[in-house]
Order: sequence, then structure tokens, then C-alpha cells
Amino acid sequence: MASPDDPKPPIDPTPIIGAATDIAPLSHSAPKPAHERTAAEEAGTTDWAGIAASARFKELLRAKRRFIVPAMIVFILYYFALPALVGYARPLMEKRVLGPVNLAYLFALSQFFMAWIIAALYVRAANRFDRQARDIRTENPPR
Amino acid sequence: MTPALGMFLLFVLITLGITWWAARRSQGAAAFFTASRRITGWQNGIAVSGDYMSAASFLGIAGLIAFYGYDGFMFSVGWLVAYLTVLLVVAEPLRNAGKYTMADVLAYRLSPRPVRAMAALSTITVSTFYMIAQMVGAGALVALLLGSSHVSYQTAVIGVGVLMIIYVVFGGMLATTWVQIIKAILLMLGTILLSLLVLAHFDWSLTNFFNAATHVTYHEKGELVTKNFLDPGLRFTPANHGALDLISLGMALVFGTAGLPHILVRFYTVPDAKTARVSVVWAMILIGSFYIMTTFLGFGAATIVGRDHIAGHGGNNMSAPLLAQALAGDIFFAFIAAIAFATILAVVAGLTISASTSFAHDFWTAVVHHGTERRPGEEVQVARITAFFVGAIAIGIAILLGKDANVAFLVALAFAVAASANLPVIVLSLFWKRFNTSGAVCGLASGLLASLVLIALSPSVMKVDPPTVLGAARHLIQRPPIFPLENPGIVSIPLGFLGAILGTLLRWEPAAEARFDELVVRANTGLGAEKAQ
Repeated sequence: MASPDDPKPPIDPTPIIGAATDIAPLSHSAPKPAHERTAAEEAGTTDWAGIAASARFKELLRAKRRFIVPAMIVFILYYFALPALVGYARPLMEKRVLGPVNLAYLFALSQFFMAWIIAALYVRAANRFDRQARDIRTENPPR
Repeated sequence: MTPALGMFLLFVLITLGITWWAARRSQGAAAFFTASRRITGWQNGIAVSGDYMSAASFLGIAGLIAFYGYDGFMFSVGWLVAYLTVLLVVAEPLRNAGKYTMADVLAYRLSPRPVRAMAALSTITVSTFYMIAQMVGAGALVALLLGSSHVSYQTAVIGVGVLMIIYVVFGGMLATTWVQIIKAILLMLGTILLSLLVLAHFDWSLTNFFNAATHVTYHEKGELVTKNFLDPGLRFTPANHGALDLISLGMALVFGTAGLPHILVRFYTVPDAKTARVSVVWAMILIGSFYIMTTFLGFGAATIVGRDHIAGHGGNNMSAPLLAQALAGDIFFAFIAAIAFATILAVVAGLTISASTSFAHDFWTAVVHHGTERRPGEEVQVARITAFFVGAIAIGIAILLGKDANVAFLVALAFAVAASANLPVIVLSLFWKRFNTSGAVCGLASGLLASLVLIALSPSVMKVDPPTVLGAARHLIQRPPIFPLENPGIVSIPLGFLGAILGTLLRWEPAAEARFDELVVRANTGLGAEKAQ
């Protein structure tokens, strides 16, 4: 019986029983075509260890870590500085800097922009990660 | 019929129409649980923000700012910043490696039955507590907004419960998503209008607005006082460990948002990880703008309506609707009140679908029936039945508790459990090769237990009330609190991580380590990810 992944399918597969068409056969005897498999069924069909050890994948992980770790540290330090300063340095935070508006309010407001800026930088970096991930996917088509 | 009731009924009619439309399209498990993974980035972003901006944010934070000024605004900040954790750490790996629930990511490497059983328990705990808080709030709000002569507390709770059951049972994720989207748009519109009206009241001058906020006059313990509402310290003082409590709250938000099951399931409704990322960015734009505008809502209510008037007309939760009434009359009051109902309705629907998905997918199929459906469509059927029971139980408990019940601690509890139980195991399973089944079970159990116990010992539950506070509004345990902080995050999150790490070191599980490569490759490349249908 022809397998759906046969590298050279006949030009017109109609007369062949169980031929590689893009419709899964009604009986469950033949394997499903790749695009109909669920994630659970694909478990074990890909050389995961091989990909994990590949230079391309390691480069992707390194690139992600280079962005995500510093970004997390910056945002956590910046965010927790707010309750810490408001709690333990109140006279400083009550200083008026912009008309009636004090440092405490401006610092709290700046948190929103900090979050948006980090998100924007991440989106820019992630477009690069997407390209790297796509290369890895095309190199390792599901079998 | 009051205008508020009329507008609310209009919202109900529109959402029921959507449910009917969605029910005709929702065929099969992926359609029911994930809306066939065909929600687009901006749609999902709006829905995420709709799921997240509950009545607690809209009414609660506006009220906190109106009463405590700057200290109330401190709440606003954490809710947006928390999304950076979702964006940077959780959203994309979850979409790449999971199918319907957060437990899917854990079950890749670990022994599925114990892990899914614990994850389902934690998911259902978070969702149910959060839901009960919303239902009690809904009932109390209706009584305040419509006057209890029109709609009683019981009718309101049953109405909200029945509607959420209809949305979820018949419309599945597709209907729930669109209910969220409509509600989020209404909420943003209402907030923008209200902010503009506040600014117009101050002749479009930010200086006038902030100047007014620096001297707010109200009665405190019978005396007339004037305070600068832009200065911190009206609520969190050194005497009640204010700074520590704020840091603890911040930790619960920053680590808990990325572990809230009803937010996490939203990332399965989009076609791929990139769209999941785009939707977090959309959500951050909306949520950030909304929380910045709470400045106008809160300080506006404090300066235009005044704390005394709000206290005499339903308490701080009524600040935003009362502000609307003061600025633009009864029709606008009705509009804002209707938005508040819509908000509660949409959030409980989101909670119900995440709880029933977890029960059907993680507990029924994976734990009870060892990972196979006995007949096609069983999982969806079980989820529908669960949604019905979850709704019925929530209605029952909310009615039993009554409208004066002191339930604010339930929301703190939901965030504490999400941060202390769910997040540690998600992060460790994605980033630590040695992590194993016993680590996940111990981590989930210790995070869950630590949150429950610490909340029970905290001032949210243990407090001596003055004799003027009566009935269900009294704290559950009339004793001085054993644990001093309202938010247990600062202790319970490290305990959750500790439980997960110690549990891991207790056992050796080569199978879990062997599949680490697969999980990391899947999570980071999207290889073999579930596709849209």
C-alpha cells in the first residue's frame, strides 16, 4: 500500500486504493497526512533532541535569553521601586515637581510608559526570533 | 422600567443573539474550547482586556482612588505592569506547546494524571473563588443601582448566573469571546466619556484638575478634614505595614496574572504564537489606557462628587456611577451602571469556561479516563454539564452569602493561588530540565495551601469589627489577625517555588528530563503546535 508520505506519488492516484491524497482514508489503517495530525499524534515523530542540540536552535535560545532576562530584571526593579520608595521615602515622593503634581504620581505614571516601551522593544526583537524559529521549522518538517 | 435596566436588557439581547450565532458555528471540541483558534490578534487583545478589567477594576479602583487618593492609584499600576510577565514569559510558549489548558504544558514532560489532577484543582479553586466574588458584587450592585424595589439581590444573582450558563453552554468559547469584546469596547467608551466630562468640568485644564485633587475636603470620624489626595499614605501607613503590603500585592499581581487560568486559555484561541504576542500587546494598550484614566474617574469623584456624598450613597464602589450622575444626569448614570453589569457578566462567563474546560479536559478525560475520550464529543459534553453545575453552585453560594458578605478577600485569594501555585510550576517546567512530577504536585499543593492558610489568618478574614458592623459584613473570624498583611504573596510565592524545588529534588524522573528537549523546542519554535481549524 502506498504511504501518504511516498516521495513520488503517481500522477493520478484515483485508481490506487489507499493512495496519497490529501484526504485521510475513512478506515484508520493508513497514517494521517501531516496536516491532519494533532500535536499528540506527532509526539515522537520529530528528532527533538537533534533540533535541541543544533547550532541554529541554540542561537535562538541565546538570543531570546539575551533579551528576556535583562528585560525582566529591569521591569521588576523599576516596578518594585515604586512601593518601596512610596513606603520608605515618603518626603522625597511628596515633593512637587510639576505644578501641583508630585514625584509619587509622576513615578507611578511612568510605570505605564515603562511597560509599553519594554513591550514595544520586545515586539521588535521577537520579529527576529520569529525568523529564526521559521528557519528551524522549515529545516525540520513534520514527518 | 428604569433606563439602567433598559440598557442592560439591550446588552443581554445582543449577547444572546451572538450566542445563537456562535452555537450554530460551534461544532467539535476545538470550536467549543478555543473558538477553532481563529480569533485574530486585536480581537483576542480586546477580549483579554475584557476578561481582566472586572467590576473590581472599574468600580473598585475608581472607588479606592476617590476614597484614598494616591494609594488607590497604586493599585492601578500593578495591573498593567503584570502583563510584561505574560508577554515575556508565558503567552508564546503556552500557545506553542499546549492545546486547551495550562496543564497541557505541564503534562508534556510529566506524568499526566497526578499533574493534571492538581492543576485542575488549582484552576477550579481560582475560578470559583473569583466567580463568587463577582456574583456577590453583581447582586449588591443591582440593589444599589436599580433600587432593590425593582430587582432583588436574589433575582440579580440568578439572572447573572443563568445568562453566563447560556453563553458558555450554548456558545462555547466563540460566544464568550465576543461577549468580552463588546463589553470591553463599552467599558472603554464609558471610561473615555467620563474622563472627558471630568476634564471639561475643569475647563480642560490638567492644572486645575490636579490642583483640585491637592485639597479634598471630607468628614473623617465626625471632623472636617482637608487632605492632599496626590500624596501617599491615606490607606497604607507604616502602622498597618503599608509598604510591605503594597510590595506583597505587587508580587501577587506580577506573578499571578500570568497564572490566571481564564487569561491563559485566551491564548489558545488564536492561530499561532505570534498572534498570541500581538494580542498581549493590544491588551496592554487598552488596559494601560484604562488604568491611566482611573486617575480622572477617581480624583474626579473625590473632587466633584465628594467622599461624604459617595459614602452616603452606597459606598466607594458607587464612585464611578455617582460621578456620571453628577456630570451628565440620570441617563449617563444608567449607561455606566449598565456597563458595570455587562462587565460582571462577561467576566463570570470567562471564568466559567476556563473552569469547565479544565474539569472536562484535565480531570474527566485525562485523570478519570486515562487520556482517551470514550466516545467522540464526550469532552465537550462534560464541559457543558460542568458549566451548568459551576453556574448553579456559584448562584447557590452567592445567595447563601447574601449581598453584604465581605468577599473582597476572594479576589486576593484568586491572585495569590495563581501566583503561588500555578506560575511556579509553569515557569519551572519550561526552564528547568531537572523538574519532575513530584515537583509539580508539591509546588501546586504548597502554593495552594500556603495561600489558603495565609488568607485565612490575614486581616481580610480575621479582624475585630466595631459593633456597628452587622451580619455578613463582619469579618469571618472575630480575632486579631495572626498574619499582618492582606496579601500573602510575599510569603506564599516563595513557598510555592520552594515546594516545587524540594519536591523535585525528592525524586528522580529520567523520563521527564528526557522529554525536556521536546518541550523546549516546541515552546520556542512552534514546531508541531496546534493549528487553527
